[in-house]
Amino acid sequence: MTLTSPARAAAAPVRPAAPRPNRMRAWATRAPLLPALIFMIVVTQLPFVATLVISFLDWNALYPDDRRFAGFANYGEVLSDPALRKSIWTTILLTVTVVLVSLLLGLLLALLLNRRFRGRAAVRTMLIAPFLLVPVAAALLWKHVLFNPEYGLFNGILHAIGGDGAAQPDWISEMPLVAVEASLIWQWTPFMMLILLAGLQSRDPQLIEAARMDGASDWQVFVHITLPHLRRYLELGVLLGSIYIVQNFDAVFTITSGGLGTANLPYTIYQTFYQAHENGLASAAGVIVVIGSLILATFALRVVSSLFREEVSR
Amino acid sequence: MATVATTTATVQARRARPGGRLRAGALGIVAWLAGLVFVLPLLWMVLTSFHSEADAATNPPSVTAPLTLDGYREFFGLTGGASPWPALINSMTASVVSTLLTLLLAVPAAYALSIRPVKKWTDVLFFFLSTKMLPLVAGLLPIYLFAKNTGLLDNIWALVILYTAMNLPIAVWMMQSFLSEVPVAIIEAAQIDGAKLPTVLTRVVAPIALPGIAATALICFIFSWNELLFARVLTGVVAETAPVFLTGFITSQGLFLAKVCAASLVISLPVLAAGFAAQDKLVQGLSLGAVK
Repeated sequence: MTLTSPARAAAAPVRPAAPRPNRMRAWATRAPLLPALIFMIVVTQLPFVATLVISFLDWNALYPDDRRFAGFANYGEVLSDPALRKSIWTTILLTVTVVLVSLLLGLLLALLLNRRFRGRAAVRTMLIAPFLLVPVAAALLWKHVLFNPEYGLFNGILHAIGGDGAAQPDWISEMPLVAVEASLIWQWTPFMMLILLAGLQSRDPQLIEAARMDGASDWQVFVHITLPHLRRYLELGVLLGSIYIVQNFDAVFTITSGGLGTANLPYTIYQTFYQAHENGLASAAGVIVVIGSLILATFALRVVSSLFREEVSR
Repeated sequence: MATVATTTATVQARRARPGGRLRAGALGIVAWLAGLVFVLPLLWMVLTSFHSEADAATNPPSVTAPLTLDGYREFFGLTGGASPWPALINSMTASVVSTLLTLLLAVPAAYALSIRPVKKWTDVLFFFLSTKMLPLVAGLLPIYLFAKNTGLLDNIWALVILYTAMNLPIAVWMMQSFLSEVPVAIIEAAQIDGAKLPTVLTRVVAPIALPGIAATALICFIFSWNELLFARVLTGVVAETAPVFLTGFITSQGLFLAKVCAASLVISLPVLAAGFAAQDKLVQGLSLGAVK
């Protein structure tokens, strides 16, 4: 790079204005970036603007001529409609439960996997496998093959152990939200495990060794060295997990079709415009999801940027 | 390297204490049990897919029932049902083409954010990331209306464009973190030796970046292949993808466990293959490059 600048400087006096080659060079540096940037803004940002505009309209797709400005009426309706309000609550409950349980299980599994034992690679592969099933396939597996009250594996095992008098619960009707959560926890625990395992393996081995020399027990090493080191990896797991789970549609759609009080916001938005054709309402619900996500994203970006800065400065 | 050092250090520390080896063995068994519990539903799915429908629907379960390929025959439409091939081909098209497009846009962008960075490149990088954090579902309606008015409804190219946008932030972040591993000194040395930009790119940058590009491609492929919501809303009979086919595959009549298992496994096969191939880079991709 240093070699090219004198050549350009020599060419500069020929042109009337000196800053121009510099500006051209800046644009040449920017050029590879622009297609991606423009594509991104057009395809992902413009729809949000459109959603924002539609959210202020009273617009049912079945009566397209009857479209008018509605102010904040849609927001009022979304926030006062019991079904929609419930779906906000369901989204929060579903996300928090799945993220925290997967995080805890993922931590335990990462700690187990961070030791040397026979067949460690095989166990790692077994633990990752659930994450690599197509989400719809995983949801179908839980709904029909595991939860089915008559011939699902869970009741089959209960029957095999407890004999003919064994309890045979109808899992999905009796605990619909737990059923959806269970299938998601099964898929997302491997994700948490992978992030936390990476965190465990980036600990400073000398620090741990020194602590052990000083007579620290496993528990003391875990509480005073491992946990503080893992803090940001735990945060990252929580935030990325939340971002992915808040948007979940597949499990809710497949396992309960949003019934029995399991409809989360993505499902409700889908239903409001796809089946009820209420464009204005669906958009207002969409804007609420975006606001919620922005709050999450602010924290997430902070965590990622602190990990990122550490990486760059290394 | 650091990993190996950690484990040997802990193993040695443990060996020094009495009873440590016994406990390490016990924890190894616990790890195996945990692995088995997690993989059991999947193994059960594989077994069920090779059972006849009657054997798949018994209670208690018949583990040792005779094996058959009937479930797979029925899934592939050999017994008269709808053929899954159009859906599988649609999914392949959407995933492969969108992955190629993503790389075409992401690799140059990542180049301008790492090897020859623009001013304020971190801000640009974080702009890409922030778009990933907004739920796409919030843009679903305008995208649907746009597709409807431009005749892109039930057209696989609508999905290609959306999947490209969906994966672009991840791809830019991953590629940025891979390309920043290319030592600047090597590039400068090549330039001093008189190498032109195309030569530098093909001879110096590409060999170092190729494994990263491959991992990025596999992860983009997985996300596109898995996507359901947009495929469900934007496609119908013609452009239906494999996950949409899967959701409509179950009929309420008769037994269907074996064929659902067969269908789910066949449709998950490309993802399982891509996932295990990209195993080492999986975390880096999923955490948007934040964890290495």
